[in-house]
Amino acid sequence: MGDLFWILLSAMVVNNFTLAYFLGLCPFMGVSGRVATALRLGLADIFVLVIASVCAWFLNTFILPYAPFLRLISFIVVIASLVQIVEMVIKKVSPTLFRQLGIYLPLITTNCAILGLAIFQTNRGYGLLEGIFFAVGGGLGLTLALVLMASIRESSEMADVPSLAKGMALVLIIAGSLSLAFMGFAGLLSAS
Amino acid sequence: MSKTTPQQDFFRGIWRENPVLMQMLGLCPALAVTNSLENAIVMGIATFFVLTGSSLLVSLVKTIVPGEVRISTYILIIATFVTVADMTLEALVPDIHKALGAFVALIVVNCIILARQEAFASKNPVGRALLDAFGTGVGFMIAMVMMGSVREILGAGTLLGVKVIPGRFEPWVIFVLPPGGFLTLGFWLLLLAWFHQRRAEREKLARLPDAAVSGKEAA
Amino acid sequence: MTVPAQFQPKPDVPAWRLLLTLGLGGALAGFVLVFVYQLTLPVIERNKAERLAAAVQEVLKAPDHYDTLYVFDGALTKTLPPGGDPKKLETLYLGYTVDGAPIGFAIASAQAGFQDQVRLIFGYDHAAGTLLGMKVLESKETPGLGDKIEKSEPFVSQFDGVQAPLKGVKAREGTGDPHEVDMITGATISSRTVIRIINDALDRVGPMLDAYRASPAPAAGAEAGR
Repeated sequence: MGDLFWILLSAMVVNNFTLAYFLGLCPFMGVSGRVATALRLGLADIFVLVIASVCAWFLNTFILPYAPFLRLISFIVVIASLVQIVEMVIKKVSPTLFRQLGIYLPLITTNCAILGLAIFQTNRGYGLLEGIFFAVGGGLGLTLALVLMASIRESSEMADVPSLAKGMALVLIIAGSLSLAFMGFAGLLSAS
Repeated sequence: MSKTTPQQDFFRGIWRENPVLMQMLGLCPALAVTNSLENAIVMGIATFFVLTGSSLLVSLVKTIVPGEVRISTYILIIATFVTVADMTLEALVPDIHKALGAFVALIVVNCIILARQEAFASKNPVGRALLDAFGTGVGFMIAMVMMGSVREILGAGTLLGVKVIPGRFEPWVIFVLPPGGFLTLGFWLLLLAWFHQRRAEREKLARLPDAAVSGKEAA
Repeated sequence: MTVPAQFQPKPDVPAWRLLLTLGLGGALAGFVLVFVYQLTLPVIERNKAERLAAAVQEVLKAPDHYDTLYVFDGALTKTLPPGGDPKKLETLYLGYTVDGAPIGFAIASAQAGFQDQVRLIFGYDHAAGTLLGMKVLESKETPGLGDKIEKSEPFVSQFDGVQAPLKGVKAREGTGDPHEVDMITGATISSRTVIRIINDALDRVGPMLDAYRASPAPAAGAEAGR
């Protein structure tokens, strides 16, 4: 059980999907200073990540041993269909949530994070439970990064930013600082 | 019928509409594998290969693929090329392939490629689609080299493994670590913004005498 | 006035045509991939085998030949157990001199380090209880600091002759104990990871090594005869 917890914690802060592995950058860079939206997007991500992790495990265990070269294609097909289905389900179950998430759902498909998760999970040979904890940890990390970025941008809207830096340059430097801060978590796992 | 000239199709991808620096697409690889120039170049080559191959194929089949399934087809084509690139790299340069890791496979979700198919290759003849792909690929490679060289020189004191900073240079390790990726791109953008600003100011100054003259004439 | 061609309503594309396009596309993609896979697989496998062989050679100090042993059911066996998948079973290597005398076991193991997984292989002289060598196979430790575990010659070479179980000490605090390994200044976590990987691996397979050497090893005798 301890192992699973470390997998989750590691994916969340030590090797944060966005700040250390550079996954999920599109929404990260584009998220405006809206913490509420960032939070919702993050939660939707966690949901999709967990399901994707289970699907990847299923593919890896039962189907792909016969055709390892089809790994990428099958992953991407499954992910794309998954997002479609999730979109339809949310639309039916909670139209308000659907309207609030709006364009973010399709963004999740080309979001490197989902495919990245599937590939990392495969490379590390995680089982079903390990994969799920990895997905939850990674999703929490993504959400954390998104919320942090959104709140920093929200606070800095009134700041006096030099015209040169306005826009992407500022976002990248903020991201760099966040990434630097998260490096402080390294070594968390090496208990001795 | 395309409204742009072949030269425009090629050159715009290189600088004016550079996928990484201007359009802010394809950031994943630009930040992740540029911690050494060698890795950056190999990734640039792989992406160039996938981009060109898929643009070619998409343009060839654009008339027979029904609109409803076009995105799925593009993704299928791109994924096939990426898998081929992945296997080829693993066979030819296993050490670099290991360093690039999952990011070769992640080329498939590199927004640049899908964007070019959707925006251009699917609506233009094969020749133009190829030019567009070449231009974008070269632009991407330029961005990768810009990132990779700065990060390797500052972070390791070497370029392509060759020591380029003489003396007892203490490598600025942060630049080959994740924060360095963000910071390097941020600083490049700052530099570019500065150039733009200076050029805009110069152009404004150059126009002033004319305005003064025409003002006099009008008066 | 006739409606220009581009504004005329497009006929609905029948579902079978959509499926056919995707199906054909998928099949074509499949063919291409199978082809490239068959082409590249032998090269990839050969590279992997060469790299592993080189690593085993290095940590066992150039054995004349070596046996591949599989860990199965809590014991080491030379023959592949029925139904066992060689790719999934953990393997150890037992090196021999040209006269057929066993040199030691090469054991590979991995654990989480400072940054990510560290994977290494080490040579172990079972009879003497000492290590023969250590080689880091995979590591993403901090360049310039943690990566010294693979790049620093003084650090790596000290594993030759050290007594198991290993004890890490800060450089300059060594007491001359044969179990001690000097850790890298500024990279103690990465250094400790290496030590921990080796100690844990020996804890785990140690009894199996005992059992294997104790049992009569006709294979070794037969090898010497060749």
